[in-house]
Amino acid sequence: MPKNNNKSKKPKISIGGITAKTTLANKTGAWRSKRPEVTDKCAGCGVCVEYCPEGCIAIQAVKGKRKAVIDYTYCKGCMICASVCPIKAVIEKQEK
Amino acid sequence: MRICLPNKGSNRKAGEISAFENNVGEIEYEKNRVVSDDTSAFFSQEVDEDMKKIIEGSHAIAEAVKLSMPKVIAAYPITPQTHIIEKLAEMVAGGELDAEYMTVESEHSAMAACIGAQATGVRTFTATCSAGMAYMWELLYCAAGMRLPIVMGVANRALSAPLNIWNDWSDSMGARDSGWIQLYCETAQEAFDTILQAYRIAEHHNVLLPVMVCIDGFWLSHVYEPVNVLEEQDFVKPYQAPEIDVDSDEGFKRIKIVLDPKQPISMGEYATPQYYQEFKEAQQIAMLNAKLAIKEIHDEFAKKYGRSYGNGLIETYNMDNAKYAIVTMGSVCGTIKHLIENEKIKDVGLIRIKSFRPFPTSELQKALERIESFGVFEKVCSPGLGGVVFNEVKAKTNKPGASFIGGLGGRDVTLDNVRKMFDLIRIKDENIHWI
Repeated sequence: MPKNNNKSKKPKISIGGITAKTTLANKTGAWRSKRPEVTDKCAGCGVCVEYCPEGCIAIQAVKGKRKAVIDYTYCKGCMICASVCPIKAVIEKQEK
Repeated sequence: MRICLPNKGSNRKAGEISAFENNVGEIEYEKNRVVSDDTSAFFSQEVDEDMKKIIEGSHAIAEAVKLSMPKVIAAYPITPQTHIIEKLAEMVAGGELDAEYMTVESEHSAMAACIGAQATGVRTFTATCSAGMAYMWELLYCAAGMRLPIVMGVANRALSAPLNIWNDWSDSMGARDSGWIQLYCETAQEAFDTILQAYRIAEHHNVLLPVMVCIDGFWLSHVYEPVNVLEEQDFVKPYQAPEIDVDSDEGFKRIKIVLDPKQPISMGEYATPQYYQEFKEAQQIAMLNAKLAIKEIHDEFAKKYGRSYGNGLIETYNMDNAKYAIVTMGSVCGTIKHLIENEKIKDVGLIRIKSFRPFPTSELQKALERIESFGVFEKVCSPGLGGVVFNEVKAKTNKPGASFIGGLGGRDVTLDNVRKMFDLIRIKDENIHWI
């Protein structure tokens, strides 16, 4: 017989899944199996920013150069950024 | 042939039947027949006769929607539902109805638009059937899960393939687990009355679930009947967004559920395995609450307007001394009532399920208590199981029951078919029969 791990008492919910809290609490980065990494080739054009479905890429100044920076707390690893990059500056790594 | 009998408690006189139906002249009705019914007290209520109009079932729904004052109607046409939304478009264009009419590109978008609009705190309406409803499928679950009291008209139609535009219940029966309340109507008048009640049921503070008002495609949607169309009503009040306890940074607090930039909220939020099940449990509780709400609101309507349909959940006919019962839903009940009445059948009664979700378990058990055997007629088949309604009814009783599947894809259900079903019920048959 599988052990019943449900030791906690019933969680309180608000019907309809309605919350007045920020959804930033849902850290979707844990879903990632592929990890996009921005290489030094990046020219900071911002195409990936437009295409990112999670809105978790921003163009920032890194060492005095404009570059795409990915927020891995929310990046799900869909790799759209890599496929839309015009100069193939985003590479795919396996998430460890 | 679909025969419509005067409703119990309705102000329609016996003998008045659908226009444009064949065989009308051949049928003789007893005049001013009063049927015994637990709600027959309402029969005495006087109703203004002048308001009666000869209209289509679809237009009866549209008229009731107009009276319910929705602010957003989003819809996409599909036969045989189209007349409902066409009529509403006409009302909006003509200034009779103050609403935003959204001509969306699909049923998927229609429901999405209704969900979005309802979330901003306004009343909405849409209508669909068949393939359109199948295309709307994922959003049906969203509307129910977000607990948005949307009302939708469904003109039941078969699903492809083979392509068929006529009536059966394949579309809405498939959505029976979606968390929507499903009410099935017998006449155009009932469709009109049920729409008004549906908004009240959906928006009831203990319910907050979307409602489907189902009418048989063509048999009801395209048939003209005398309908008492109210000119105005105060049964459905202007929409008030519900106030519920929601999770916030200061713990649970009661707020008005309206999407508004001044009060940021997320609806239908992400729920992990730790929480998801509780939402489904809450929907089941709401459905049980809906049973009470449906009865309560039905009785209030009956008192106010003098028309009643059983107790709102089921309607029984000729069951007082019956030894056998036929259980079914929708417009075919008119044909069955006609046969019972015309041939003075004493031993077989009719149980009409009006509310399929929530399922009227205890009411059905009570109705089936004293009978020897029953049969369920339904216009739907779940291949691999058989009759959907039959199996649900049979699960709640140990009486012998026969399953009749028929009327699929718009096939006529004749008086001879009903006689044959009655004979099979009388011999306590327990098989599946294709009518």
